[in-house]
Amino acid sequence: MLRRAAAPALLALLVIAAPASAGLLAPEAGGGSRNAEDTRTLYWLIFALGVVVFVGVEAILIWCLVRFRARKGAVAAQIHGNTRLEIGWTVGAAVILVFLTIVTFVMLPGIKDPAASDIDENGNPVAGTPAAFAATDQPPPPRGASMNIKVDGQQYLWRYKYPGRQDVFSYVNMYVPVGMTVTLDISADDVAHSWWIPELGGKQDALPGYINKSWFKITEPGIYRGQCAELCGRNHANMYAAIIAMPFDRWQAWYDRQARAIQAAKDAAAQQRRELEQAEGEAAAEGGGAAGGAGQNPSP
Amino acid sequence: MASLDFASRTLPRPQIERRAVAPDERGWTSWITTTDHKKIGILYLWTVAVFFVLGGVEALLIRLQLGAPDNTLLSPEKYNQLFTMHGTTMIFLVTVPVWAGFANYLLPLMIGARDVAFPRLNAWSYWMFLFGGLALYASLFFTPPEAGWFSYVPLSTAEYSPSGGQDAWIFMVHLTGLSSMLGAVNFIATIHNMRAPGMGWGRLPLFVWTILVYSYLIVLAISSLAATVTMLLLDRHFGTNFFDPNEGGSALLWQHLFWFFGHPEVYILILPAFGVFSEVLPVFARKPIFGYKAIAAATAGIAFLGLLVWAHHMFATPSATVVLAFFMLSSFVIAVPTGVKIFNWLATLWRGTIEFRVPLLFCVGGIATFVIGGITGIFLAVFPVDWQLTDTYFVVAHMHYVAFGGTAFAMMAATYYWFPKMTGRMLSETMGKVAFWLTLIGFHVTFLVQHSAGLSGMPRRVYEYSDGSGWHLYNLISTIGAFILALGVIVSIVNIVRSLKVGVKAGPDPWKANTLEWYMPSPPPAHNFDAIPRVRSVEPMKDIRRQVEQMSGSPQRFEAGRPMVKA
Repeated sequence: MLRRAAAPALLALLVIAAPASAGLLAPEAGGGSRNAEDTRTLYWLIFALGVVVFVGVEAILIWCLVRFRARKGAVAAQIHGNTRLEIGWTVGAAVILVFLTIVTFVMLPGIKDPAASDIDENGNPVAGTPAAFAATDQPPPPRGASMNIKVDGQQYLWRYKYPGRQDVFSYVNMYVPVGMTVTLDISADDVAHSWWIPELGGKQDALPGYINKSWFKITEPGIYRGQCAELCGRNHANMYAAIIAMPFDRWQAWYDRQARAIQAAKDAAAQQRRELEQAEGEAAAEGGGAAGGAGQNPSP
Repeated sequence: MASLDFASRTLPRPQIERRAVAPDERGWTSWITTTDHKKIGILYLWTVAVFFVLGGVEALLIRLQLGAPDNTLLSPEKYNQLFTMHGTTMIFLVTVPVWAGFANYLLPLMIGARDVAFPRLNAWSYWMFLFGGLALYASLFFTPPEAGWFSYVPLSTAEYSPSGGQDAWIFMVHLTGLSSMLGAVNFIATIHNMRAPGMGWGRLPLFVWTILVYSYLIVLAISSLAATVTMLLLDRHFGTNFFDPNEGGSALLWQHLFWFFGHPEVYILILPAFGVFSEVLPVFARKPIFGYKAIAAATAGIAFLGLLVWAHHMFATPSATVVLAFFMLSSFVIAVPTGVKIFNWLATLWRGTIEFRVPLLFCVGGIATFVIGGITGIFLAVFPVDWQLTDTYFVVAHMHYVAFGGTAFAMMAATYYWFPKMTGRMLSETMGKVAFWLTLIGFHVTFLVQHSAGLSGMPRRVYEYSDGSGWHLYNLISTIGAFILALGVIVSIVNIVRSLKVGVKAGPDPWKANTLEWYMPSPPPAHNFDAIPRVRSVEPMKDIRRQVEQMSGSPQRFEAGRPMVKA
């Protein structure tokens, strides 16, 4: 009875609520990453079931309290139990959970397994429909192209190491091409952190000594923000991350610029080191005291 | 030779009868030297009340800091210390020992015993608990711990938390752990050996059932925690490397060991709350509990399954999918016995004559609130969804719905229900009802919006958030709610203190209740029972009232709609 009435009402509620409720009733999604969207769909299914259970239990509770409140002359029924009823609700509860289990395992591959990339390593569109398959651990993306970025948590910064022959890295802001499947290898240098960009799916802990996996594929250019989700010290609240998604050619230009800048910084550092060593050598040859001081106190 | 015809002789059961009355000991020395389970129970409860207030003040400071974006009321250091102290206090110094307190007072009375099995060990348990709490709170004068109540490594190692506060936390766990384990052994021995004649396992009050299961869980889980924090102590000061990944240790190991204690801990603090619901509801519905055996079996079932779900706190850690799936399914299964209990309570109310007294209100409010926490627990058990929800304010909301909705509401219900027995005086009904509504409304205003804060991306344990985050309104509402809730608790505390002096005299059995503690005068004498009654059903007081009625002709039964006691 109750369920028959609840189902259409619920459906109506979901239709109204789903678009208008970013964050109010359901987890965030956006940017077109399938894992976040599937997580949100799975969440809504559980939500629907949860609302039915909630309304059912609370309605019975309130109804009992109103209907059976003590009145003069009322006599309480001395009932000790009812085996059939008790078996009934035990089985009923179990059936709901079996349903949830099935739904979860149906939805899991879409959340866990990386989607096929829309573009290849050179930014050209890839033809064909994306395929998804189930596996016990995160498999490589189904077709060819993907970009693997190493995410490293440090008090209180995220460091990203990009693939490629050149040494390219960045802090806090991660730059990625739109349409590319990005897989993440998540770890930490010091204490435990947790990687989380709400619009791009769930969080994965960054633990020193372990590598955790995650992925996303952004289809809309934009900035996606998040912050560290595991207590990592006093400035845990200030450990931000942002994913900046841009078209492939603009990303390629950023990558080259970053590579050049890092190379230039390295060259400058090497030059400085050489000069320092030279100066030290000369000072040592002269037997001066200043060089000894420099030797004892390397620049911090 | 004397006759050996035993069959024709009735051997009287040895009973101690009171021939001369020694006056009860009074004064403060009687409290610090006592081995009386009732006095120890009251010591526990007052100590818990003090820690509950301290933990509450810490929570209010946290809420004040989060009431406005970019707030500078508290430094990040102070903020981390506050939530660490709040969580640690509420778990180790309030919600677990509060049941040791109630069980101490009630368990021997309920099963018809004159004390617990080991009274002096019992006193030691209390003092270990007090000194554990003092060890933690002494750190306020130096540097309190700041790595959270579950003290994840590497943050809690000497390298990242060099202060002595972390060590104070470890010693607190050792001392209160010792207290809990000794207390548990005592309860187990008492329940197994000292029940009144006729009280078989099928006639044990349901609160005692939950204390029995609580005690077994404490022995299993807290002994494991004691070893775990010892490993941390060794890592911090004695050069071992259990948890240091740079030296072949594992940071994940701490999480497994901690939560192997941590999840049974949840049931340690909630099962006796369920026991309170199961005792109070039948009394105020004037109906037997529905499905006694199912509730007792569900208690044991929850405890067993509760030992198999710990890694659902760790779904975001680097773990294989098959592990995640196992812990998801085991967490699902535990929802079944929990649901069974809730349905049984509903069926107990069904066709009763429900008296809206304060203990019943707190029970019903607690069940209504706990149901929400149970449902959000299902969201968190589905590991792909948990990846979005874990470590956010959604989890903060969930755990307060179960721990406050379940345990704290039951704590209040138990206080209003058993206060007359402990003191001989009733608590004020009017103040109790005001307190109940403030507590209920304040609680939901505080915690319901926290689900939304978490869903929109607010991680837990952040000392500040920016104006652009969109979290301000949620947090402001939550802060206002926290103060309403605090007001509710204050009204209850005032009620307790006031009623000690001016409360209406309760008499031995003001609620016309079902269990043996209501057989004695209130408060009961030091030796509890002059003669221990024989137990014939799960509701011995009902039998005794019927017997008195038959023998004296004066009506003893409860009549619906009549006030139970003049309030």
